[in-house]
Amino acid sequence: MPTVGVKRDLLFKALGRTYTDEEFDELCFEFGLELDEITSEKEIISREQGGSKASGASDVILYKIDVPANRYDLLCLEGLVRGLQVFKNKLEAPRYRRILNNERRTAAVRPHAVAAVLRNITFTQERYDSFIELQDKLHQNVCRKRSLVAIGTHDLDTVSGPFTYTAKPPGDIRFKPLNQTKEYTAAQLMSLYKTDSHLKHFLHIIEDKPAYPVIYDSNGVVLSMPPIINGDHSKISLNTKNVFVECTATDLTKAKIVLDMMVTMFSEYCSQPFTVEEAEVVYPDGKTCKYPVTYLLPSSCSVEPTEKIAQLLTKMCLRSEVTGVGDEIQVEIPPTRSDVIHACDIMEDAAMAYGFNNIPYTTPGTYTVANQFPLNKLTELLRQDLAAAGFTEALTFALCSKEDISDKLGKKISETRAVHIANPKTAEFQVARTTLLPGLLKTIAANRKMPLPLKLFEISDVVLKDETKDVGARNSRRFCAAYYNKSPGFEVIHGLLDRTMQLLAVKAARGDGYHIQASDDSTFFPGRCAEIFFRGKSVGRLGVLHPDVLGRFELAMPCSALEMDVEPFL
Amino acid sequence: MADTGVLETLLRRIEKVDDGVDSLEVATSLGVDHQVLVGAVKSLQALGDLISAELRSSKHWELLGEGTEIAEQGSHEARVFGSIPPEGLGQSELMKLSFGKIGFSKAMSNKWIRVDKAHEGGPRIFRTVEDIEDQVREKLLLVQRGNSSKLEEKEKNELKKRKLLSEVTVKSYWITKGSSFSTTITKLETELTPEMIANGSWKEKKFKPYNFEAMGVAPDCGHMHPLMKVRTQFRQIFLEMGFTEMPTNNFIESSFWNFDSLFQPQQHPARDQHDTFFLSDPALAHGFPPDYLERVKKVHSEGGYGSQGYKYDWKVEEAQKNILRTHTTAVSARMLYKLAQQEKFTPVKYFSIDRVFRNETLDATHLAEFHQIEGVVADYGLTLGDLMGILHEFFTKLGITKLRFKPAYNPYTEPSMEVFSYHEGLKKWVELGNSGVFRPEMLLPMGLPEDVSVIAWGLSLERPTMIKYGINNIRELVGHKVNLQMVYDSPVCRLDS
Repeated sequence: MPTVGVKRDLLFKALGRTYTDEEFDELCFEFGLELDEITSEKEIISREQGGSKASGASDVILYKIDVPANRYDLLCLEGLVRGLQVFKNKLEAPRYRRILNNERRTAAVRPHAVAAVLRNITFTQERYDSFIELQDKLHQNVCRKRSLVAIGTHDLDTVSGPFTYTAKPPGDIRFKPLNQTKEYTAAQLMSLYKTDSHLKHFLHIIEDKPAYPVIYDSNGVVLSMPPIINGDHSKISLNTKNVFVECTATDLTKAKIVLDMMVTMFSEYCSQPFTVEEAEVVYPDGKTCKYPVTYLLPSSCSVEPTEKIAQLLTKMCLRSEVTGVGDEIQVEIPPTRSDVIHACDIMEDAAMAYGFNNIPYTTPGTYTVANQFPLNKLTELLRQDLAAAGFTEALTFALCSKEDISDKLGKKISETRAVHIANPKTAEFQVARTTLLPGLLKTIAANRKMPLPLKLFEISDVVLKDETKDVGARNSRRFCAAYYNKSPGFEVIHGLLDRTMQLLAVKAARGDGYHIQASDDSTFFPGRCAEIFFRGKSVGRLGVLHPDVLGRFELAMPCSALEMDVEPFL
Repeated sequence: MADTGVLETLLRRIEKVDDGVDSLEVATSLGVDHQVLVGAVKSLQALGDLISAELRSSKHWELLGEGTEIAEQGSHEARVFGSIPPEGLGQSELMKLSFGKIGFSKAMSNKWIRVDKAHEGGPRIFRTVEDIEDQVREKLLLVQRGNSSKLEEKEKNELKKRKLLSEVTVKSYWITKGSSFSTTITKLETELTPEMIANGSWKEKKFKPYNFEAMGVAPDCGHMHPLMKVRTQFRQIFLEMGFTEMPTNNFIESSFWNFDSLFQPQQHPARDQHDTFFLSDPALAHGFPPDYLERVKKVHSEGGYGSQGYKYDWKVEEAQKNILRTHTTAVSARMLYKLAQQEKFTPVKYFSIDRVFRNETLDATHLAEFHQIEGVVADYGLTLGDLMGILHEFFTKLGITKLRFKPAYNPYTEPSMEVFSYHEGLKKWVELGNSGVFRPEMLLPMGLPEDVSVIAWGLSLERPTMIKYGINNIRELVGHKVNLQMVYDSPVCRLDS
């Protein structure tokens, strides 16, 4: 969820009144926002870098507001205020208008490019800061760190159209980048920015490409080298009157959303508020498109009188009218609301405007008969009786290191049928467990100071590769128990097996019932391991653990253990 | 057991008096150590209500080592005086005596003796008075005889300063007759035995009283894990409400069922390496229902079912990627798809409680795996009010009646609501979970009828358990680092009380 930081007093000024923190929190809650933190620049710096660095910082109060991930229109002060004011019926939803203009851009290469112009805009320091910050927020969110979309903003009066969007080998691109004093080639720039804490994160997007994207004006001035850096020549300042906004992208839909956000948010400050000039993009195939685009979407509903619904929607910046055809409402979706893609999105806004907490509770008459999942039912029943047999339930992690299920148990990882995780952050999450035993042994190791004996059990799932499944793996429900004491207590674990079989109504007999027979397993002490057979099929093992295994789990006492499948007993 | 003789003597003493006796006095008069008498009192107390004894403490003065010596042999100055014959004694001779040095200066200041420094053969000491009164010794003798009260406080403190006396606290018992006082002692039985029951001798016997203040012996038993106890309760609640349990025993899931089928776009941040565990082996899933796959692809890339779609290039390769499921909603999606394949739709209520996995940064409240509780209802014409109504019923069973709903965003539900409840202990609204109505873009490609809506909610099992048991660090609840004592000591789980 993105967080937007706005100066409280500036926000209240724009909203035309002040709120207590509680009142504002309440307003946010209704509108689906969350007042996450009340802080100041000073507090943030002193928390992150220590009190001494914060001495000169501003102590103007900041509201940190959590915004839903799909509401790009609320990522800056302007958008927030507009949304809240309309919601509180203080402002009428603005209508964004397009004006034709003759700027031309030629896109010679993919990916996509879209552009628009904000004409006769008036910046103040605060508006300018917000403009820059919105670019930043959009880059972080919908643009997926510039990989999907990159935004460039330029002072239109310093360049002359039509603009050309092309790609050239890194050695052939040469310009003075933003805030630098001399010209660099693109190749030089890439190495220059390797150490830039901000820009280094974006280099990988084009780094290994043979040609880099670049935008020139009609005189060959470089506007930008997306998605890395703009040219210094066309940079905007507080005095800029006409802003040229271009978005280059690998995803055209996202590019349009981003462009819409940039221009709709700041069109408020144009001499004709809420107007924006569209730019025509000529594709190599001659197809033309005009941006930005608005669309209309019809909706129908029956909960509230349609007039009321139309009013509610208007409150959410969705200008609505009753069409008179049945219950139909015609809703105009402004370009700011890229999150609206289905009538259900409009219905949610109607419900929000009505107030979720004003909706009366009802109970559906859905008649159903409940069933337990048989495997879970058996598990629940067994757990009860295993605890009654004197064993304590452990709850261990399903993910672990490769070592836990192989080397430490005296096995090879290739024998385990384990599924491997591609992107673990630490060794604790390399594989899904193939046995419950390591978890129990680690639990014992963490509780060595408890009075002996320790008697533990767990019934849970392990994961095994299985080619017959669509995902190539399946869970297997296991029962594992361990007895840790001064003597190995094989008879205790054996007794628990007998008791478990009694609970499962399986009698001790070869053939139809269960029996155990001597077996070799590197996890167990030689001659102290037996395999468990149920109806002639092997379902698990029990025995005294090998001293090497104990040592690797940092255990000093003998231990006997049992692990078996549960599913054959369903 | 103390000597029976002392016990009986003590009982006879008590019998003779009307009020009671002091253990210290009895000890003095019997000429035995006080500790012996204390032992006797304890033994008698153990035999029932023969006596009642009240602990008292008193202070008295006692002679220290040097004080005892003075009481016996006189003060140093008196001994100096006594050792000087009428013809006097050489000072060097006097100083050779053990008490000489201290006694000399004190006797001088008392003006009992004088020194003739000019005497031939060195300084010589003579008596100046005929008789002396050794007051120090007399005072100490008073104390030794137990008559310290005859001395003034000032005098006692002066002697204390000279380290001759000290004040000690003495504990003694004031012993009176008990409700079943008797001078004869019958031995008390500790326990009822089979023989006593057989021969009826229990009728005559007296039994040692039990100490009901002590704790009992802990039973030898096993214990269930607290989180699993809470899971059992949640299962119970769902079953009481008529919800059928979903088979969630598949930790490995394809991106297709975990994300794509839920209309979660392929560039969504949740599908990032930073949030989701991907598998390297087995890396890819196969065998998606082909028609359904096409419909999912279309709704993402082009829209349909009244939706504009996300309009991007949907790739099956992305959908094939295997992951550790990030939510049990992947199973709900499989179940709803299965439901849609039925010849005729029937309303269902499903639930599950099982593990999910997130490749998150770990902290006190976040682990890479946790249990998700999920409820799903599919029926014709379900509304937002129905969802709130069911949530109200569900949380009432948890003992939570005050709910508040906040609009939220979730890629596969619309509307989406976060559920909050007012926590009386924390004095604030706390988030309980998420809920919503599944999007048509998710349900219609599955083949569910258009007028069927599906409402769902989810919450974690760990969070309510931590609040319930007052645990702040999730590692104290889940995983191998838990303290087993916590598991042993945790009470039964009743969520509504």
